[in-house]
Amino acid sequence: MAGEDLGERVAAFVAREEGLAAGDVRLGGLRRLAGGASREIWALDLEIERAGGVERLPLVLRRDPPGRVGDGGDRGLEYRLLRAARAGGVPVPRVHWGSGDATILGSPFFLMERVEGETLPRRLLRDERYAKARSVMAAELGAVLARIHALDPAQADLRGLAAPPADRAPARAEVERVADGIRGLAVEPHPVLDLAERWLLERAPEPARRTLVHGDYRIGNVLFDEGGVCAILDWELAHLGDPIEDLGWLCTRAWRFGSPLAAGGVGTRESLVLAYESASGAKVDRDALRFWEAFGSFKLALVFITQSRVYLDGRVRSVELASLGRRTVEAEDELLRFLRGEA
Amino acid sequence: MNDRPSARELLAAVERFLEESVVPALEGPARFHARVAANVVRIVARELETEELHLEREWDGLSVLLGSVDEEPPRDRAALRESILARNQELVRRIRSGDGDAGAWRAALLEHLTRTVADKLDVAQPPRKGRGE
Repeated sequence: MAGEDLGERVAAFVAREEGLAAGDVRLGGLRRLAGGASREIWALDLEIERAGGVERLPLVLRRDPPGRVGDGGDRGLEYRLLRAARAGGVPVPRVHWGSGDATILGSPFFLMERVEGETLPRRLLRDERYAKARSVMAAELGAVLARIHALDPAQADLRGLAAPPADRAPARAEVERVADGIRGLAVEPHPVLDLAERWLLERAPEPARRTLVHGDYRIGNVLFDEGGVCAILDWELAHLGDPIEDLGWLCTRAWRFGSPLAAGGVGTRESLVLAYESASGAKVDRDALRFWEAFGSFKLALVFITQSRVYLDGRVRSVELASLGRRTVEAEDELLRFLRGEA
Repeated sequence: MNDRPSARELLAAVERFLEESVVPALEGPARFHARVAANVVRIVARELETEELHLEREWDGLSVLLGSVDEEPPRDRAALRESILARNQELVRRIRSGDGDAGAWRAALLEHLTRTVADKLDVAQPPRKGRGE
């Protein structure tokens, strides 16, 4: 679908949702934002003419790439998650409209408020103008995460979340899931990953609590400005599980982008954990955190293997996907640090 | 034997073209993908430089671990790659059977894996000082 056609369809959809005539919703400034391999992100501006006057809305459209093999992300659920998170005091963009009906824009999508700010990790970690943001970020991310984990998973908006099997610790179930994925998709043997699997299974912690887990809580999915955190994005991997998973993922080496600081490259592990403990009232088991941090690299290995497999199978001829297979070794390198007892 | 420019020199030309002409002329996702493409060209160039040495080292490490030091490595590059793949399959079988969980073999295994991963990293990532923490 060309950009022009997409814009017309979005405007028509919003008009229908709002019970307005087609001409009352005008769309401008539609442009594709650089996004990841698994989703499309567009910026656009809507002008909605109502009886009371004209409303101007800067928006972001998130849509699955039409025709792409699904990544398990459910835009309808992500829409409901954002609504629940906002109600629970988590900083997130306000969601306006959305639909899982692929006939409207070619694939499931939703429209949300365009919050001003920056997401690029390298700007956060290097630019002088974000020095203050860097100094408060780890503590803020700890406190915000405590709020996410406090959301009631039984509420209507959170129905349908993936949950680990009841008979096993989420940690063990996740290691098994990722190991199965690697075995099913890797086109060559990966001795480091087999050794890491055994190390992880031996250390898989029993969860102290079971909560909503964001599932992709890391630098890159945090919208920030000079003052610190503005919004938490990318809720498509949310699930029920062990809350320490989110802390470990945020500390996973890949999300430090070369910085020596463990917590997203912006703070120490302890500054993150202390803020989280103080906001949640829950104690963080440091061995469990170490497990989940190592598991983060194990999971990343599967992400890289999966994405390069999409390329190798000829499903998506993207140079980005092709290149990601050569990043598997980064995850192996980090896992070896844990295996040698250095991390 | 092919004429100059060599494969390495041709790749350098493609990389320069991508970085100096294509990237600045594009924006959005296409610009990002052009950057990725330039990086891929650099990966290929580094692999051309180092593959022979890396394959030799991996073969030797696997020979020690699998107790097959008397076996000569295939001289043909493609056959060598195939043999290393087969040996890595065998290594994975040993790991899955628990042989690498403790003891001297584990120490040797970690040493070998550390070296092969370092070699792969040297190809996958641009050279830089103080990799890691």
